[in-house]
Amino acid sequence: MLKIKDLRVSINNKEILKGISLNVNKGEVHAIMGPNGSGKSTLASVLAGRDIYEITAGTVEYNGKDLLDQAPDVRAKEGIFLGFQYPVEIPGVNMMTFMRTAVNEIRTHRGLEPLSAKAFLALSEERKTLVEIGSRFDGRSVNEGFSGGEKKRNEIYQMAMLEPTLAILDETDSGLDIDALKVVANGVNKLRKPENATIVITHYQRLLDFIIPDFVHVLYNGKIVKSGGKELALELEIRGYDWIKKEQGEN
Amino acid sequence: MAEGENRKLLDEITQSDYKYGFETNIETEFAPFGLTEDTVRYISAKKNEPEFMLEFRLKAYQRWKQMKLPNWAHLTIPEINFEEISFYAAPIQKKAPGSLDEIDPELRSTFNKLGISLEEQMRLSGIAVDAVMDSVSVKTTFTDTLAKHGIIFCSMSEAIQHHPDLIKKYLASVVPVSDNYYAALNSAVFSDGSFAYIPKGVRCPMELSTYFRINAKNSGQFERTLIVADEGSYVSYLEGCTAPMRDENQLHAAVVEIVALENAEVKYSTVQNWYPGDKQGKGGIYNFVTKRGICKGNNSKISWTQVETGSAITWKYPGVLLRGDNSVGEFYSVAVTNNHQQADTGSKMIHIGKNTKSTIISKGISAGFSNNSYRGLVKVMKNAENARNYTQCDSLLMGEKCGAHTFPYIEVDNVSAIVEHEATTSKISEDQLFYCLQRGIDTEKAVGLIVNGYAREVLSKLPMEFAVEAQKLLAISLEGSVG
Repeated sequence: MLKIKDLRVSINNKEILKGISLNVNKGEVHAIMGPNGSGKSTLASVLAGRDIYEITAGTVEYNGKDLLDQAPDVRAKEGIFLGFQYPVEIPGVNMMTFMRTAVNEIRTHRGLEPLSAKAFLALSEERKTLVEIGSRFDGRSVNEGFSGGEKKRNEIYQMAMLEPTLAILDETDSGLDIDALKVVANGVNKLRKPENATIVITHYQRLLDFIIPDFVHVLYNGKIVKSGGKELALELEIRGYDWIKKEQGEN
Repeated sequence: MAEGENRKLLDEITQSDYKYGFETNIETEFAPFGLTEDTVRYISAKKNEPEFMLEFRLKAYQRWKQMKLPNWAHLTIPEINFEEISFYAAPIQKKAPGSLDEIDPELRSTFNKLGISLEEQMRLSGIAVDAVMDSVSVKTTFTDTLAKHGIIFCSMSEAIQHHPDLIKKYLASVVPVSDNYYAALNSAVFSDGSFAYIPKGVRCPMELSTYFRINAKNSGQFERTLIVADEGSYVSYLEGCTAPMRDENQLHAAVVEIVALENAEVKYSTVQNWYPGDKQGKGGIYNFVTKRGICKGNNSKISWTQVETGSAITWKYPGVLLRGDNSVGEFYSVAVTNNHQQADTGSKMIHIGKNTKSTIISKGISAGFSNNSYRGLVKVMKNAENARNYTQCDSLLMGEKCGAHTFPYIEVDNVSAIVEHEATTSKISEDQLFYCLQRGIDTEKAVGLIVNGYAREVLSKLPMEFAVEAQKLLAISLEGSVG
C-alpha cells in the first residue's frame, strides 16, 4: 500500500530525514518509535503533505501512485488520515458542520452521494460511541476549548467518520491519562480491518500495550536504525533509547 | 444556520468573480452633468415636489457649497470631479406603471436576475421590497397588505407627495442637512429611496427591504431612507445593493435615518455588495454613506447589522443617538476588503439618556492589497447615568500586503459609565488551513469555513434569508486570497 524509498527531507537547509525506507501492507499496524527530535512527526507531516518541508530525495508510492505529487486534500480524499499531535482550534466553525463538510468532500471524491443531514447524524452517533464522547462536541467549535483528552478523542472520532485506508497517528497517546488512553486505543482497534493499515507514532511503549503492532521501527537521527516485531517495543521499554544511541555511536 | 444551507453555499464558492456585473439596456433620462442650483431645481421639478422640498434642497445645496471634503478617514480617495457626474438618472418607462404588468420587462428581468422578484405571489418568504434603480423606485411590493396594518411602506418620492407631514417632521431630524459633506450633498440632490412608518403598537408582519441597483453610466446614486417606528412598534428592515462592472468609479452617497419612539424596536440589516472594482483596483463604487438612528423614546432599541463586501471605497459609521432612558443601540459588522479595496467603517454610539446601553461588534477581514479600518466613537454625555458600552473589534489578515487599523474614540463625561473596549488581530493560520486540507476540504472551502466561523457572531444577527446570502458573499469575496 505504502512504499517509502530513501526519503530525504530538509527544513531550512537542515536535513531531518536522512534516507527513510519503509513498506506498509494492507492489514498491518506499524509502530514508529524513537527519542524526541528523531524525525517522527516530520515523517507524519510529509506523508500528509505539509508544504513547509523540502523533499530532497526519494520516492513515496501510495496505492500505486506517486504520493508526493498529490495536494494534501487529495491525499486525504485518497484515504490518508493524520491524527494530529496538537489538533488546532478553529473558532466559530461548528464541529458537526466541519465534519459533514469533510465526510461529503471525501464521499464525492469516491463517487458516492453526499450524506443527507439525517444520514450524517445517524452515522455520527454510531461512530461517537467508539470514543465514548456522547454529545460533548455538539454545538461546539472545532477543538475550541476542548481538553487535551477531548481533542485526541475527537481525532479518533474523525478517523472513524472518514474511514481512511491509511491512518497515521502522531503521538496520539501524549497527554492522555490511562483511562483515556484505553478509550482511544480501543477505538483504533475497532477500526482495524484487513484492507486498512495504521502507522502509530509514539514515544512511549505504553500505547502499544493496547494497540498491538505487527512491526516496530526505531527512528533515530533521521534514520530507521532498527526494525522488529512487537517484542522490540518491550526491549526499548526496558533498556531505553540510550542503548540505541550507544549502538549508533559505535557504528 | 442549517447544515444544508451551509453545504449548498460551500458548493457555490467555486464560482468566481462579481456575478451582478451585468448592465441593463434601457433608455435612461439624465440630468445635465455637474451640480448647480439649476440641477437641484431640475430634480425637484422632475419629481413634481411641493415647495417645502425645493426649499429644503436649496438650503442643503447652499450649505454643501461652503463645505469641504472630509479628509480624516484612513482612505486614499482620488479627486472626484462633480462636473462629470449626472446627479439624476431615471430609466424611462414607456408609461407610468399602474400594475406589475406595466413595468418595463427589461426592468423586471433585471431584478429577476438579481434574485428580486417584483411579483408578490412569487415570493414565498413574504418580504416586502422597494426596488430602486438609479434615481427612482421601480416598484414597491405588498403595499396593500401592509396598509391593512396601517404601515406605510413606499418610495421616498411617494412619501413626499402623500405624507408631507411625516416627512416635514422627521426628514433630517436625525442627520441634519449640514451634518457632513456627503449628507449635505445627499440632502440637495437625493432622488429616491424608501420610507417606512410603523404605527403605534404594530409589529410589522413581514420584513421590509429595499434593493438598490445602480445601472446608468456616469451617474451617482443618492438615495434617502427614513424609517419611523412609533411607540411600541417593531420592524426589521433589510437593504441590498449591486452595480454593473465599469472601469469608471461611481459615487453613491446615501443617507439613512431611523427614529424609534418609546418602546419601539428597529432592526436594520445591510448586505452591501456594490461593485468593488477589478483585481487591479480599476473602477468600483465610492460608497460614502451616513446612517444614523435615534432612540428617541424610553426603552427603545435600534440594531444595525452590516455585511460589507463591495465598493472600491467605503466610508460609513452607522450610529445611534441614545436619548431615551434605558434605550439600547447595537452595531454588528463584518467588513471584507480584498484586492485594492479600502474601507473606513465603524459606529458611533452617543449616550444621552440614563441607563443606556450600547454594543459594538466589528469584524474586519483584509486580503490582497486592501486597507480595512475600524473607526468608532463612544460618547457618554454628562447626564447619561449608568451608561454601558461594550466594544469588540477583531481584525483578520489574509496575506502580507493588506492592512488592518483600529481607531477607537472614547469620550466619557459621567463617572458612572462603564465602557469596555477589546481588540484582537489574527491571521488564518497555516495550521488551521492544513487541518482542513488534511480532512479532504480544499483551500477555497477551508477559507470559507474559517472566515464564516470568524464572522459567525455577526452573521447570526442577520435574518435567515440574508445570512445565507452573506455567507456566500464572504466566501466569494475572498476567493483566491490564500495559497
